[in-house]
Amino acid sequence: MPQGIKSLIVLCLLAAAGVAQAGLPIEQWETKKGAQVLFVESRGLPMVQFQLVFDAGSARDVGRQAGIAKLTNQMLKQGAGGLDADDIATRFGDVGAQFSVDSQRDMATLSLRSLSDTSALDPAVDLLAKILASPSFSEKSLQRERVRALTRLELERQSPSEIAQRRFYERLFAGHPYQQYPSGDARGLKAIGRKDLVDYHRQYYVAANAVIAIIGDISQRQAKDIAERLVGGLPKGQAAPPIPPVPMRKSASREYIAFPSKQSHIFMGQPGIKRKDPDYFPLYVGNYTLGGGGLVSRLSEEVREKKGLAYSVYSYFLPMRALGPFTVGLQTKNSQIDKALAIVNRVIKEFVETGPSAEELDAAKKNLSGGFPLRIDSNQKIAEYLALIGFYGLPLSYLDDFVAKVEAVTVEQVRDAYRRRVHPERMLTVIVGGK
Amino acid sequence: MFRLFKFGFVFVSGLLVACAPSMPEGPSRVEKVLANGLKVIVQPDHRAPVVVSQIWYKVGGSYEPDGLSGVSHVLEHMMFKGTDTLKPGEFSRIIAAQGGRENAFTSRDYTAYYQRLEKSRLPISFRLEADRMRNLKLTSEEFAKEIKVVMEERRLRTEDKPESLVYERFMHTAFGENTYGQPVIGWMKDLKSMSVGDLQTWYEKWYAPNNATLVVVGDVKPAEVFELADQYFGKYQPSMLPKLVQRPVLQQQTRRVSVSVPAKVPYLIMGFHVPSAALSTGPEWEPYALDVLANVLGDGDSSRLSRKLVRGSQVAVQTGVGYDWAARLQTLLMLDANPTPGHSLDEIEQALLAEIGLLQTELVSPQELTRIKTQLVASDVYERDSVFYQAMKIGQLETVGLDAGLVEAYIKRISAVTAEQVRQVAKKYLVPATMTVARLNPLPIKSKGAVRRLGGRHATRY
Repeated sequence: MPQGIKSLIVLCLLAAAGVAQAGLPIEQWETKKGAQVLFVESRGLPMVQFQLVFDAGSARDVGRQAGIAKLTNQMLKQGAGGLDADDIATRFGDVGAQFSVDSQRDMATLSLRSLSDTSALDPAVDLLAKILASPSFSEKSLQRERVRALTRLELERQSPSEIAQRRFYERLFAGHPYQQYPSGDARGLKAIGRKDLVDYHRQYYVAANAVIAIIGDISQRQAKDIAERLVGGLPKGQAAPPIPPVPMRKSASREYIAFPSKQSHIFMGQPGIKRKDPDYFPLYVGNYTLGGGGLVSRLSEEVREKKGLAYSVYSYFLPMRALGPFTVGLQTKNSQIDKALAIVNRVIKEFVETGPSAEELDAAKKNLSGGFPLRIDSNQKIAEYLALIGFYGLPLSYLDDFVAKVEAVTVEQVRDAYRRRVHPERMLTVIVGGK
Repeated sequence: MFRLFKFGFVFVSGLLVACAPSMPEGPSRVEKVLANGLKVIVQPDHRAPVVVSQIWYKVGGSYEPDGLSGVSHVLEHMMFKGTDTLKPGEFSRIIAAQGGRENAFTSRDYTAYYQRLEKSRLPISFRLEADRMRNLKLTSEEFAKEIKVVMEERRLRTEDKPESLVYERFMHTAFGENTYGQPVIGWMKDLKSMSVGDLQTWYEKWYAPNNATLVVVGDVKPAEVFELADQYFGKYQPSMLPKLVQRPVLQQQTRRVSVSVPAKVPYLIMGFHVPSAALSTGPEWEPYALDVLANVLGDGDSSRLSRKLVRGSQVAVQTGVGYDWAARLQTLLMLDANPTPGHSLDEIEQALLAEIGLLQTELVSPQELTRIKTQLVASDVYERDSVFYQAMKIGQLETVGLDAGLVEAYIKRISAVTAEQVRQVAKKYLVPATMTVARLNPLPIKSKGAVRRLGGRHATRY
């Protein structure tokens, strides 16, 4: 998006945290059509937050055109049930509802915020149901949205960071569905026809492939009724097939792409963890010390605080259906790449060999558990967790158990998990920058 | 407009999209001024056992003299580098060990620091924040490293981002000698010549209880917060604050600037000088009419620019509108867009001017006006979902010289705006004499040097 003039204040969801006093009362059920629903009643504000998630992200581009998952997702609000894009936007606007879509590798998401008063809520819900069940995918809007998507690709190509990330995924997941960049590519986007969108929608936007997260100022009975209405127009269908396992890397590789920028953007990594992974907590808690804990991580201390080499340096695991990436990233002026990389490589290697000290692990636990209430202090955040729990099939007690799981991690478990799972000698490094 | 964060994310905000209506169960905000002039504002929100504490200093990019641009933001970075009793980085480690999240941000009008914590830990935040209000230890050793970090930040946020560069040039062109024309992060030449002594002077000048507002939102009791504030901040003496001389904005004709850098997609920003709520010489309703106007044009899928330029004529692939009604000084109403391939920036400019022309001649329809107002009232409810954002609004209003009461009054004033008033502000302010246009003319992206992939055949040149 254009930098500077976006009118919404974008609040950052800071990662990490930990101490729930009371459990979050999550209700879970299936709609008649087989969509999974997770609901939390929350009466503090006169609003309802919805997050609808389909297993229809770019991992499902495989065998189709690159970019079809995201384009289908974008096209939903461009016309449905006899309404065009203007009508849809106006109708949501008239009742003060905010609607948005997003599509990543695992998930395609539709988010709706509405006032809880039924005079606003009912029209918003019915409109969303219509968008889901009978998108028109008109040729005219397809042409327009395709051109917009192609232009966004061009915008990506003027950003060294975007170029680096795209290449990082292409190489890290070569041969696996996760290599698909959600925004697709020009060849794919140009080849998508109306029928392709219709087919894609028919296969993946079905009740059995959906998770509906709801939190807000309504009763469970209302939520049940709304959930039925939301997916009432969808066929039951089938859940998407499993994602194949991610192949592990056999050797290190390093790739450099020349770009006329003052800084070089560096992405290093390897396949990391699954959302449901036996090593999830040791790896996650360990990463706080390595590169997750803001300015207090080892990477930040060594690269930024001691040497002033970068504004931002971090590491994180992105847990996905299959192994998501473990990523280490930083940017530094071009002449400093080697210096920065040497430090980063040393820090990772040392951490994998020796793990955190007892003090470091203690600090990580204190942060992750002590800050737990911050993770669930708004409807927005809870809705995201509900969607996550439903989509990845995590236990309903996931949030309630979080602190205990963090506290149970030992130094030995972290060291053991890192030694088995993180391989500094086989990392992929992608660098985009100038001379 | 840009608020620079020490780490993490940047808030890019054109306007406070909406502020609170007075709802029946609305927030009971309480405020108190300590004897030394520190203003403390508490807004209880008992939905979750958390608290956010923000301290806002009335100093930022627009307070900086020529040659010292960026000093407020660099000082913000240095505020994490230790005090008489804390080692560099210790502040962050203590907050982290309490499970806290912390950061800071600098804008043209303010420098603010915050902690988000489980509610019982508020005293820790106050103790640390009070300490660095007066006991910061600025050393040349730490400064030498941190100024490099800030230069990297400038490269990251501005120099390697074509649209950010355009924005920087645009602001400089529109505001000229007025300090709103210099970037919050500072010109590189100023960063290079800055010294630790400059920071020491800046710190002593502006960091004082009587130049700050402490905002606390969350699961707290106001009386207890006031007592805590007094305990930790009450001991300081107020300072004599410098008097700011502000250079006026003198513009009599359209100003234009273009930026030619390696890029792929053209871009245009158009802006008009308009009053803010804090510095309005016209009728009181004008800033609110301008805010409605900005929303008619700009925000979201149902706005005119989306409907007509993106989906109708399709001259633009994306558009945006921003108006910071809560700025301290005279501000801008800004529009921006990327053209659709095959369409020129001239066409974009004509299309934007045509929309402005329409606002000057035709009244906004009752349905459209009602929709905008409904959306603003609704987004206020949604924004209250975030305790952080509640505190942001209060802090911002107070720091630019407005009153926190505007959080509620805003909705009333927006509701009172008429279609005729929207037309009047369009005619009065959106005129060629106050207009500035900045364009990005992409140059080919060429790179010197080899393209290589170790152990592979792929080579790419962007």
